[in-house]
Amino acid sequence: MAWFLFLVPLLLAGVAAAIPTNRWRPWLVPMGGLAHLCLTGLAVAGTPVTALKGWLVLDPLSVVVLGFVSTMFFLCSLYAPAYLALRPDRSNRVFCACLLAMLGMMTLVILAHHLGLMWVAIEATTLATAPLLFFNHTSRSLEATWKYLLIGSVGIALALLGTFFLAYSSIHEGLEPTLLLDDLVHLAPKLSPPWLHAAFVLLLVGYGTKMGLAPMHTWKPDAYGEAPGLVGALLAGGVTSCAFLAILRFYQICRNAQEAAFAREILIFIGLFSMAVAAVFVIRQRDFKRMLAYSSVEHMGILVLGIGIGGVATFGALLHMITNGLTKGVMFLSAGNIHRAYDSKNTDDVHGALHRLPISGPLFLAGFLMVTGSPPGGPFISEFTILIGTIHAGKYFIAGLFLTLLAIVFIGMGATVLRVVQGVPSDKAVATPYRDRPQLVIPILMFFVLALALGVWIPNPLVTHLRQAAAYLEGGHP
Amino acid sequence: MNKFIDPILVLVLLLNFVALGASRMRTVIQAVAVQGMLLGILIALAHGHLIFWVAMMALATIFLKGVVIPRMLFDAIRDVVIRREVEPIVGFIASLFLGAVGTGLAVLFSRTLPIDHGEMGSLIVPAALSTVLTGFLMLTTRTKAITQVVGYLILENGVFIFGMLLMEAVPFLVELGVLLDLFVAIFVMGIIIHKISREFSSVSTQMLSELKE
Repeated sequence: MAWFLFLVPLLLAGVAAAIPTNRWRPWLVPMGGLAHLCLTGLAVAGTPVTALKGWLVLDPLSVVVLGFVSTMFFLCSLYAPAYLALRPDRSNRVFCACLLAMLGMMTLVILAHHLGLMWVAIEATTLATAPLLFFNHTSRSLEATWKYLLIGSVGIALALLGTFFLAYSSIHEGLEPTLLLDDLVHLAPKLSPPWLHAAFVLLLVGYGTKMGLAPMHTWKPDAYGEAPGLVGALLAGGVTSCAFLAILRFYQICRNAQEAAFAREILIFIGLFSMAVAAVFVIRQRDFKRMLAYSSVEHMGILVLGIGIGGVATFGALLHMITNGLTKGVMFLSAGNIHRAYDSKNTDDVHGALHRLPISGPLFLAGFLMVTGSPPGGPFISEFTILIGTIHAGKYFIAGLFLTLLAIVFIGMGATVLRVVQGVPSDKAVATPYRDRPQLVIPILMFFVLALALGVWIPNPLVTHLRQAAAYLEGGHP
Repeated sequence: MNKFIDPILVLVLLLNFVALGASRMRTVIQAVAVQGMLLGILIALAHGHLIFWVAMMALATIFLKGVVIPRMLFDAIRDVVIRREVEPIVGFIASLFLGAVGTGLAVLFSRTLPIDHGEMGSLIVPAALSTVLTGFLMLTTRTKAITQVVGYLILENGVFIFGMLLMEAVPFLVELGVLLDLFVAIFVMGIIIHKISREFSSVSTQMLSELKE
């Protein structure tokens, strides 16, 4: 089962690379998404999944991340054929193959219980997404791809050094050398603390670069600004969640080594710092796609902050990964539609999206309200849970700072979003041929309904899985 | 066998300085190629007895880091019509000085970490850290895209040296995966360098400054 989960997308990627017709190839992407979603459903519902002598394991934490990433990819994949049909001039061979390869590699990251294998898979997601960023073949997308590739690879190289440090912390104490997660969690109390500390810092910097935590976030505005909306959504929802999972794995080891206080302090600091950086740059942001990138930096900060606080906030952070990802789906895809309709992503040119795009425009506005934590959206519930956790932990100052930063981001993003959606569309905008069409708005509507539904009612199975994941993270095995 | 490890690490460190001080791009790439080959030899030495997998791994490292990747970089500077000088932001003397300071700091930092000098040379951790720092220095102070890639390679080499301490912990499947990832990364970077040179008629990353706040 574990093999199927990541080999099926990779196989389809191979098929996509081999198929000669540009017209039918994009349909492989939703096919792959659907197949992966079905397999994920079977894996979650069925017997425990393990393979390769414990190298691949579906634990309670990976169940949550896998279910989320699979859903995210499926909804995004529905958008792909119609999007690529708008670009008949360009071969989509590399694009489709890389999308499917990215899904396969993300699955491998989620399943991997061997830290070396996980590293290889995360680096592979970087490499698979680089051609996706370059799809538009402009000088700006070239610049964004170069920065993404170089900063990402350097970050990941530091993570490899951190992984080696971690392995050495066991050798140093005369233990059997290992990089298997379960062994390391088990051996954690005996690991050499100085090496463990150095390892955690390097790993947080390394995988934090991939996740886009400040101050390692500099690739993010460029990459999200230039990437097609579809790719932006997958990066903001999928790849960053995988990097988050990687950080959680190392947090687990630190926690078991009685070093939780050390790890938590760093996580809280870097979380708040990311939120603060996002708040500074989101104000007066005239490029609405770059604005989304800073929003992503902010929410990655919220995720690690939640883990740093612990307790109820851990549950909140895991829920927030899902609600934020779904809302980002709404925002990136509708922003892509607006960008196409106006042939610009600058608020100097883009006004009146509510009139110009009667479905994408309102969805963009609604997505903004949800992502900034307005009730009854999903992110409201998850952010509120993190807030409650912070107050329960007696960290009133952090709670106050958290609320202040959320408010600043709300105002900053609001100014940009309102300029986009209100007013009268310019003549140039009305002249572009693009109109809202069902294939390009139905996936956004599905994202919207899911994100809204999670704010109103969280289904019991999801609560159970989230609880199990939080318990697994906080206390070894539930 | 072990008595060769430390001298090789000293050579690796010297090559860092060659890469930092050289003004011609060819010399920089050659230095990294030799460094890559030395790493392959180190793998063979670190294990003592040569079993099949170790030999495979050593050969793969020598072949990829010493031959294939340098060839790709040489092809890149040949295809792209550019001036063959390095053009640093920080001068060569200053780079060398910073490199020396970095090496000193690496030695000091590795003293603070508990290391047992068992069968391995005592230089492994300082050599690894100072090579990582050299890579960083190249990445940040050189403007050409190709020299940045070389910086990334040196950084990876540093991580690789540290990996010598963990030969038993890291299975060959993973090591091969790491090498493969490195190869593909350089390959993709090579393609992008090519596109950059066509788009901007230059491979200086100072041209890449359109995206900013």
